[in-house]
Order: sequence, then C-alpha cells, then structure tokens
Amino acid sequence: MSTSVLFDAPGPRTRARHRAYSVVAIVAVAALVVALVLFLNAKGELSYSLWEPFLTPDFVRVLLVDGLLKTLEMAFSSVVLAVVFGALFGVGKLSDHAWVRWPCLLVVEFFRAVPVLLLMIFIFFFWGITHGDSGRYWTVVAALTLYNGAVLAEVFRAGVLALPKGQSEAAYAIGLRKTQVMTSVLLPQAVKIMLPAIISQCVVALKDTSLGMYVVAPGLTRVGKQIYTQFNNQLQTAIVLAALYVIVNLLLTLVATWLQRRLVGEQKPLDVGMTALVNTGENTGGAAGGI
Amino acid sequence: MNEVFSNFDLVLRAFWLTVQIAALSGVVSLVLGTVLVAMRIGPIGVLRQFATTYVTLVRNTPLLVVFIFIFIAAPNVGWFVHTPFLLKGVIAVSLYTSTFVCEALRSGINAVPVGQAEAARAIGMTFSQNLAHVVLPQAFRASVPPLGSTMIAMTKNTSVAAVFGLMEATGRMRFFTNRHADDAVGILIVFAVGYIVIVELISLASYGLERRWRAAR
Amino acid sequence: MRMTRIKATAVATLLALGLAACGNAGSDDDSGPDVKVSDNAAASFPDGSRMKALADSGTINIGVKFDQPGIGFKGATDDMPQGFDPEIGKILAASLGIEPDKIKWTETISANREPFLQKGQVDLVIASYSITDERRQVVGQAGPYYVTGQQLLVKKDSDISSIDDVKGKEVCSVTGSTSLDQIEAKGATPRGFDTYSECVDQVLNGTVDAMTTDGAILLGYAAEHPDDLKVAVDPFSEERYGVGYGKDHPEMCQWIVDTIKKAQDDGDWAKAFESTLGKSGVETPEPPTMDACPAS
Repeated sequence: MSTSVLFDAPGPRTRARHRAYSVVAIVAVAALVVALVLFLNAKGELSYSLWEPFLTPDFVRVLLVDGLLKTLEMAFSSVVLAVVFGALFGVGKLSDHAWVRWPCLLVVEFFRAVPVLLLMIFIFFFWGITHGDSGRYWTVVAALTLYNGAVLAEVFRAGVLALPKGQSEAAYAIGLRKTQVMTSVLLPQAVKIMLPAIISQCVVALKDTSLGMYVVAPGLTRVGKQIYTQFNNQLQTAIVLAALYVIVNLLLTLVATWLQRRLVGEQKPLDVGMTALVNTGENTGGAAGGI
Repeated sequence: MNEVFSNFDLVLRAFWLTVQIAALSGVVSLVLGTVLVAMRIGPIGVLRQFATTYVTLVRNTPLLVVFIFIFIAAPNVGWFVHTPFLLKGVIAVSLYTSTFVCEALRSGINAVPVGQAEAARAIGMTFSQNLAHVVLPQAFRASVPPLGSTMIAMTKNTSVAAVFGLMEATGRMRFFTNRHADDAVGILIVFAVGYIVIVELISLASYGLERRWRAAR
Repeated sequence: MRMTRIKATAVATLLALGLAACGNAGSDDDSGPDVKVSDNAAASFPDGSRMKALADSGTINIGVKFDQPGIGFKGATDDMPQGFDPEIGKILAASLGIEPDKIKWTETISANREPFLQKGQVDLVIASYSITDERRQVVGQAGPYYVTGQQLLVKKDSDISSIDDVKGKEVCSVTGSTSLDQIEAKGATPRGFDTYSECVDQVLNGTVDAMTTDGAILLGYAAEHPDDLKVAVDPFSEERYGVGYGKDHPEMCQWIVDTIKKAQDDGDWAKAFESTLGKSGVETPEPPTMDACPAS
C-alpha cells in the first residue's frame, strides 16, 4: 500500500512511529490470541475429547456427506432454479407490455423485501411439513430460489440494460423479432457480464442454506447441531462449521474473481438498486452485494 | 387470520423488537465498520492484516453460525451469560453486518476523487486528519446507496434471531403458522407487509440522503 | 499469496483426513433392551385389518422425535433413534412380528404430527404426543402410555418456588411447543430454542432463569446435574402421552392398548423406561391406566 493516496510515503520519523504502532499492534493481537488460548485451555475447551468427533471417521463422513454435500446440493439446485426464475422475471420486467411488466415487478420486489427465513417458514408450513424428509429439503431450495431468483432478476435486467444500444438496434435492423433479439443477441451477451454476479449469489445461497436448521432441513448446520447435542462441544462445533463454510465460500469467490477477469475485464462488477421504489439504475460499485 | 388480528398486539410487539434490533445493530455496525475500514486502508500493516482477516472470515460465515457462537458457544465458556437477549442479538448481527459496512465504505472511499486526498496531503494533513475531514465525509456520501442495501439486508437478517429465543417478527410468525398451518398464506401476508414497510422506509430514507448529499458536492 | 493460501488449505485438509483415522468418538452406544419379536404374528390379526397388512408387509413406519435425548434422539452417526418413545415403538412392532431393524423411523416435529398421520406418511406417531380432545378430532390417539406434567427446571439457588414467580422471568423451552405458549400465558418471557439440551445449558450457565417442559424430561436433567439443578413447582398441567394412529384405521387402537398393557404387565414397559428416561436416576413410575378405545 505504499502507493496509497491517503498518506505520504513515510519519512524516517513517521516510519519509526509506524514501527512503534506496529509493535504495539502485534503485541496487542498476540496478547489477545494468547489470552484466548489460555482462557479456553483453563476452561477445558481445548481438551481432546471435545475435538475427537471431528477426527472420528464416522463423524467426518457425516459432516462431509450428510452435511457439506447436502448443503452444496441445496445451494446448487437453488441457484440453478434461481437463474431460470431470474431470467424469466428479469426479461418480464423489461417487457413492453405493462400487464407483464407490473406483475413481474411486484413478484420480484416482494421476494427481495421479505427475509428468506420468513419465506422458509411459510413454505414449510404451507407445503413442506406434509412431505417428509424431501419436503424439508425442497422447502429450503424453494425459499432460496425465490429470494435469489428475485435478486438475479434484477441482475439480468441490469445486465441487458448495460449492453450498448447498438446491439439491439442492429438486431432489429436485420429484421429479428423482439423475442429473437432478446434470446439470440441480448441474453447471451448479458449472461457473460452476469456470471460473476451469479457466482457471488452462490455464496449467498450457500450461507443461507444454514437457515434450514429452523425447519429441520438437512445440511451442515443441522449435522453440527446433532454433534454438539451429543458431545456438548458447542464451541468446537461452531469453529469447525465456520471453517468449512469459509473454505467453500473462499473457493467460490476465487472462481468468481477468475471469471470476472476472464469475461468482463477489470471493470466494475454489475450492481443493482435496492428496491423498485428508488431504483436509480446507477452503477454504484457492488461491494455491498452478497450479504 | 382471525387469530392474528385478535392477537394483533403480539404482532406489533414482535415488529417493535425487530425494529429495536435493527436500529441498534445499524448504529453499532456503522461504528464498527468505520473502525474496520480505517484499519484496512491505514498505514499500519498489522492492523490492515487483522481487519482483512476479520472481514474475510466473518463475511463468509453464515449469520446463523455467528449466532451459534454468541448464543450457544459463548455462554458455555462463561461469556455473555447475563447479557440481555436483545443485546446479544445486536452483537451477533453487528459483528456480521460491520464487515459489509466496511466493504461498502471501502467502495465509497474508492469513489472519492484522488485529487481530494492529494490536496489534503498537500496542505499537510496527517492520515487521520485526511480521513476524518476530507475522505470519510465524502466516502460516506458516496457509500449511501450500498450502505442502504446493507442496512436493508441487515434488517431482514434480524430474522435469524428468531432461532435463538428472540420473539421478533419472524419468530412470532412461526408461532402463528405453527398453530394455524391452514392459514399460512394470510399470516405470511400480514408479516410480509410489515417487513416490506420497514424495508421501503429505509430505502426511501437512503434515497433521500443520497439526493440531498449529492447536491451538496 | 493466493497460491500459498490454496496450498495451505490443501495441506490442512489432507492433514485433517490423515488424522481422521485416529479419533474414536461416540462409539459406546447401546441399542436398548431386547424386545421379543413374536413369530407368525400375521395370523393372529383379522383379515383386512391394518395390523395384518403391516405384519404381512414386514415393515412399519413410525414417527418419533430425533432431537430430544431420553424421549427420542438420533445422533449424527446413529442408524436408529434412541429413547422411551422408540422403545414403545419397538414393543408395538414386535407384536406384529417386525424386527427393530425393519422399522422405518421418520423424524417428526411437534407441528407435523397430525398432517403426517392424516396423509398416511407414517403408520404411528410416538413423539411425546399429548392426548387432547382437539387432536382426537382429527387423528386417533391410543393410551396414555405415559403421564407427566409441565414443570420448571431451575438452578438450585433459584428463588422461583411457585408458578406465579415466573412473571417477567426468562423461561426457555422448545420453539413451537405448547409448553412455551403456556409459560408465556403465565407472564414469563418465552425463549424458544431448538432442543431441550440447549435450554438446559442456558439454565446451567445462567442465561435464562428456568426451562419448562414435561416433568419426566426435567427430572432426567435434574438427576444429571444434582448439585446445580432442581425441579421446581408442582406440575401445572397434565400431559398424557399417546400413540397416534390414522383415523382411517380405528381397529389399531385396541391393538395398541392391548400390546402396551401386556408390556406393562410383563415388565417390558419398565425395562423400556429404565433403559431410557430412567437412566439418569429417575425412579420408574407406576404405568398409567389407559383410556378405553372409542367404540367403532
């Protein structure tokens, strides 16, 4: 960060001061870590028996297969379905006909404004509850599809609008019809810009699958809960769960960054307004996305 | 449906709790996020590393797992035992949201023209003066739209508190649907409208701020 | 920088997998007392009855709780749930000539017990399922095979001594349970969590003032922590656990009642209790007298 515009390249006195700060900061961070470890050790939280489940083949298998794999499955199916949902409603929002545009707009707005957990509870009691184990699985997938689909609908719309106007004009000029312009000219190009956004939506979906715990759906958090109910190792389980989520999400982020570089170049990622009421359609630099 | 309307005080109290969690977490996470972003762009390497690690770890952890840390794991080692539930909820939501606030602010800082910071340096301002008087005030303005989205997401995220003993709106909705599953649609509409009102209010407020402050530049 | 991070992750993963071979947690499980499975059971039931059909098919689908230690709990690596309810299920299945490992266990939560029976997703529900008039309108409930009542579990030094003391106190129970609704009606601040064991932890570490549910479960936890916890206040409700069955098969009621009666008489019921709820030191109670089946 020597090139930062926020501060001058430090002179000898400042460098000395920064070094002093750094030492203090290192000592503080190290002291914090040491204190934490000592504290946990004193509380017996580092004892082997509490970590043992995560080194036992049976539990590792359950954690990875019944937990992580199911979570990935749910996240993946919901993102695939959400892309379909998003494409339909995103294009619907661009329609020339008000009777198509408005319902699409309302549906998208509704699912964006409502918490995913609320949707999940509704779908669970409305449908999932009477459909056994698969009912819970699909409850989570359905709720995540509706929410992420609504977000992606916005992304699709923004992606299509972000294309140069000449593209559709040229397409119309050679006699393509509206649907053809959309499906063979605009969407293929828009998808390219949207891919990174779709993948970062995967991170969101993956994190949100954890909410399935509230409707007894399968997945990583649920397996974690079973483990800490059995062994009373809440802290250890929470650490393992967090580590697994972080690793998978970082891998996804790497893929998204790579795709961004390959397909879009170094320009800003696509971003969308927060609600229809005040959709400025401006590109605001999508750092806040993916929450 | 009748059940919901004849117990409407329960619904209102639940949304009041949602608003409380959201408002408190909003303030706390804005403060925390600002501290994080200052560390992250500052000249001290260790703090930069620390902030970056914190943001990367927490951002990629599901909020539900953050709640497990605060509500289930921490009390077991003697932390947050006598902390009121509301406060624990605020802590969990804020720890999580502050990382997104940090990212939103960083994007705002990137939007501040380089000349501004350079001019500040030219007249001899230090890093903290530069940040406090020149960069951050403008960065906050540029960050209003992404911060607005973050605050909206945070408000919706307060629903996770329902899983951990806080009877806020989503917890109350489950209470109703649990007893009257055949009325699920009606109950959903009542609670969804509540959330939509809150979300649109935040959205309008942030749009208003954005317009007012944009004119000031 | 990024490459080193990936390498580090890969190394850590490999290390974890390598180490994975040495852990040996949770391998000391036992599957409860043996239940004698009757031979040639199908012949003893009248043609066209649901029991005959089940005995012929050789399998039965029973809905139980998976998250309540003592009552019905299934650990992450277990094949079969354990607890008093599954034991009752095994007794019933045995009378149909169905081996315990042929039973299909389905997880039910409080909210889906009636829908499961109404839609025929399970044959029986044995899931701390209190008999109420409302429920008997829509499903069949035979029993009670166990009677308990709602009480409070508090710290030894707690000043809660009567149910009126809970006003304004924080009381934990399982989300969606009637216990939680009832304690809210008594003026307490309800704290709904996912499982009873989470509530016990909250009481132990002082986060909440009390937890509430059926006394049987609470006694078990109190016996686990005799120096820290006690059961306070007399039962302020009566919960009579019944076996749920589909309303389309009224003939099942008499079979359930007869089978459980027999188990009560020959000691299987007591054995089931001792190996589950009784493990923590609760005395085995007198088996309850069961309701007569509705005339069909």
